[in-house]
Amino acid sequence: MAAAQKFDVVGIGTGPGGYVAAIRGAQLGLSVAVVEDDRPGGVCLNWGCIPTKALLRNAEVVSLFSRAEEFGITVGEWKADYAQAIQRSRRVADRMAKGVEFLFRKNKITLFPGRGTLKARNVVEVTGKDGAQTLEAGRAVILATGSEPKSLPGVTIDEKTVISSNGAVRNEGRPASLVVIGAGAVGMEFADVYAAYGTQVTVLEALPRVLPIEDEEASTQIARLFGRRGITIRTGVRVKSVTPGSAGVAVEVEAEGKVETLRADQVLMAVGRAARTNGLGLEALGITMDRGFVTVGPTGESSVKGVYAIGDMAGRQLLAHKAMAEGVVAAEAIAGQTPRPVDYGNVPSCTYCRPQVASIGLTEAAAKGNGREVSVGRFPFTANGKAVALGDTEGFLKVVADKRTGEILGVHIVGPEATELIHEFAVGRTLEATLEELMHTIHAHPTLSEAALEATLAALGQAIHI
Amino acid sequence: MITKVVMPKLSDAMETGKVIKWLKKEGDVIKGGDVIAEVETDKANVELEAFGSGVLRKVVVGEGAQVPVGELIAVIAEPADDINTLVAGASAAPAPGAATSASGSAPAPASGGAAKPAAAPPAAIPGPLPATETYKSTPATDKVVPLTPESGAPRPQAVPSPSPAMAPAATAPTGPRLVASGAPSGGAAPGGRVKASPLAKKVAAQSGVDLARLQGSGPGGRIIRRDVEAALAAPPAVPGAPAAVAAPPPAATAAPARAPFVIPARTEAEYEDVPLTPMRATIAKRMPTSKAPVPHFYVTSEVAMDRAWELRAELNALDGNPKVSVNDLVIRACALALLKHPGVNASLQGSAIRQYHRAHIGLAVALEGGLITPVLRDCDVKPLVQIAVEARDLAERARAGKLRASELSGATFSISNLGMFDVEEFSAIINPPEGAILAVGSVLERPVVDHGALATGRRMKVTISCDHRVMDGAMGARFLQDVKRLLEEPLRLLL
Repeated sequence: MAAAQKFDVVGIGTGPGGYVAAIRGAQLGLSVAVVEDDRPGGVCLNWGCIPTKALLRNAEVVSLFSRAEEFGITVGEWKADYAQAIQRSRRVADRMAKGVEFLFRKNKITLFPGRGTLKARNVVEVTGKDGAQTLEAGRAVILATGSEPKSLPGVTIDEKTVISSNGAVRNEGRPASLVVIGAGAVGMEFADVYAAYGTQVTVLEALPRVLPIEDEEASTQIARLFGRRGITIRTGVRVKSVTPGSAGVAVEVEAEGKVETLRADQVLMAVGRAARTNGLGLEALGITMDRGFVTVGPTGESSVKGVYAIGDMAGRQLLAHKAMAEGVVAAEAIAGQTPRPVDYGNVPSCTYCRPQVASIGLTEAAAKGNGREVSVGRFPFTANGKAVALGDTEGFLKVVADKRTGEILGVHIVGPEATELIHEFAVGRTLEATLEELMHTIHAHPTLSEAALEATLAALGQAIHI
Repeated sequence: MITKVVMPKLSDAMETGKVIKWLKKEGDVIKGGDVIAEVETDKANVELEAFGSGVLRKVVVGEGAQVPVGELIAVIAEPADDINTLVAGASAAPAPGAATSASGSAPAPASGGAAKPAAAPPAAIPGPLPATETYKSTPATDKVVPLTPESGAPRPQAVPSPSPAMAPAATAPTGPRLVASGAPSGGAAPGGRVKASPLAKKVAAQSGVDLARLQGSGPGGRIIRRDVEAALAAPPAVPGAPAAVAAPPPAATAAPARAPFVIPARTEAEYEDVPLTPMRATIAKRMPTSKAPVPHFYVTSEVAMDRAWELRAELNALDGNPKVSVNDLVIRACALALLKHPGVNASLQGSAIRQYHRAHIGLAVALEGGLITPVLRDCDVKPLVQIAVEARDLAERARAGKLRASELSGATFSISNLGMFDVEEFSAIINPPEGAILAVGSVLERPVVDHGALATGRRMKVTISCDHRVMDGAMGARFLQDVKRLLEEPLRLLL
């Protein structure tokens, strides 16, 4: 074996956490190598966030076509080809992944294709097509191998009849009927896409409501709107078994003591994700884990000095933007800076189904559960001029604030561009703005953002437009 | 919570709507987002969703009825909520935003200096949230005997107002018109700008934490909520100083007993990094916020202290009388002169200069590793002996780390006295947002020309540092003239 190649930092995994950490490290003058066994960009760019957003855009275009008459447009015969939607999403993902490769070159980051294994706390072995290489990290190793879809016990994901998001973003065929198990962001987004293209979709959720981490009002609204579109939503349902057969798959469910069997062409398993740590060599180094995730400190350093873990594998929210934030913190800490730690209480949560759902901070129930006296302001998009003009009036914007100080405790949005609107509140919370500062911020008219102002005013008891 | 269900405006042209059908009936439990009715607009039939959760307590508008947009059509509330007035007033215009009750969080209006114990006037709060400025004046005490200032002008009441926004409402009922300057709204006092988040300001205002005393942990030293909460959880102890540190004692001309003069041995290490104590860090942070942005100018004057010296000796010879220091005389002289020169007793407040009609004087007290400036309030109405007693008490408690938070802010002017260190003169850095500070040197016996003949006399040099944005040289000089005159005609200090 050739002598070890030396770098300041060696990263394993180039998803949103890993590539951001690598670039930030390089910006700070560190020599950085990254190891990747897939295309750069990780699940997010290749198989997750980005391609699904492309598919959801397709679904939106399809739905606009079916609403053409509402806008006075007569459309002749039209056809929505699902295979082409997938192909388009692949082109989008390829373009973004190429972007990451470009950024690596620009920042003089060395990419080692292959699987990385920790051999010591500062030694990474890369096993690739061309054999094995050894990388030595002078300062730190950053683990950023992400996560992979979980399944239910005893259910094998074959990506044909029982698929995960991995299969869903690749399969050009579309089932006539689909059971989605899990009504989190992934389940609801794919339910949206498949249903828009004509699949009969049933969503099963064990908890009492869809998007269970969101505010209850958001869950209620989304469940109702999905229902109106012909998607069957069943909550409080336990899946007992999933049995693929020659014609589709049988899903045995239990709800309120009754057992029944649902049949569909495919099942999409969307019950969550597990850290991807197998074969990394963590056990041999004695790295402390908690329920499958690597336990880390405020800068991302694990229990072993010089070994950092960021992103999904480090637990907390499994979100690309949280991974990116951790990547920056880890890289800066490794470079000897004192970065401000990630504020895990201020990470936006976004679901890109239609209408979109976005939130930040505490739900109303959680805020009240904390013993805070809260004031809540709501504003429906039906009363927002821009939303009416767009023809997208479903949803609302809800602000939960501390009654005494006006602190913005949480914001929950269901509606058009909710995932963009949330950042006004993210900035506000970072700056510790209160309702008063938002109230005095002039919002352009007509914009969807006016709903933010109105909900703020409503929380102060001063709403103008409702 | 009571949720009013009103006829929604579903299109720009919509003026009225018709309830086609109620899908829920009175008594039904409603969750936010439930469809409760179908409504016909000028264009289409739409589902009406509930925005609040609770029970559909009252259907105000029956099926088939046409009502204007905005009209109450139903009420969703908890079973216990009283909706009678709401339903009764259904035809009336809906009440505007809920009135905020005056809660304990409102800063009390100022009433400093009033002769009788402060009976706090009710605080009317104009906005839903208290304004963020946190100037609080101490309540008056009944010990204070008001003296008529030289000008004989009536005292305006209730000057520093908690905030300009509140000023009109905060006027003391018995007082004349409130004198308030147009300070900028929603910010810390300019001049001594404190970088703090809006939330931190609110929490501080509601809990009585002085932001100026905190060190921010946010970006660029910005004070954020957790800093205020930390200060609340553990009030920063003022580090006690060993007894060896000199107080600002009466200036002495007699040669003090000299300590042996020892030069420490050369150490191994070439240097030593002494970590900043919280106090030193605060000083390091605060001083550039004065010296850099505040254009200082300095005026020095020499005061003949012979008569004051004699007066002091006589006073201190009286049986049972508290000891009076030169500094006490200076405090009293400044207090009276400040009343006559409100332009010096002033601070820049955004687009206005706030002139104070109280002499709250900050007294710089040297501590081990720093200094602190406790505030002696209402020096203009306190007799000399009371000033002497209170100033000594403040200095002692400052050194013992036992000052109350309220004694650390609110000065309108400061005095720094290095007389005990045998200095001829020096100049001090203004403590924002105050407009001026007086630096007092030692009383020194020196040759003077008296009626054309050389003689000896006791002289003391005082230097005022002034904020040139607030006042000009002549103003500072005139103030100093009066301080000089009061000290040279010291019986005036007893009036």
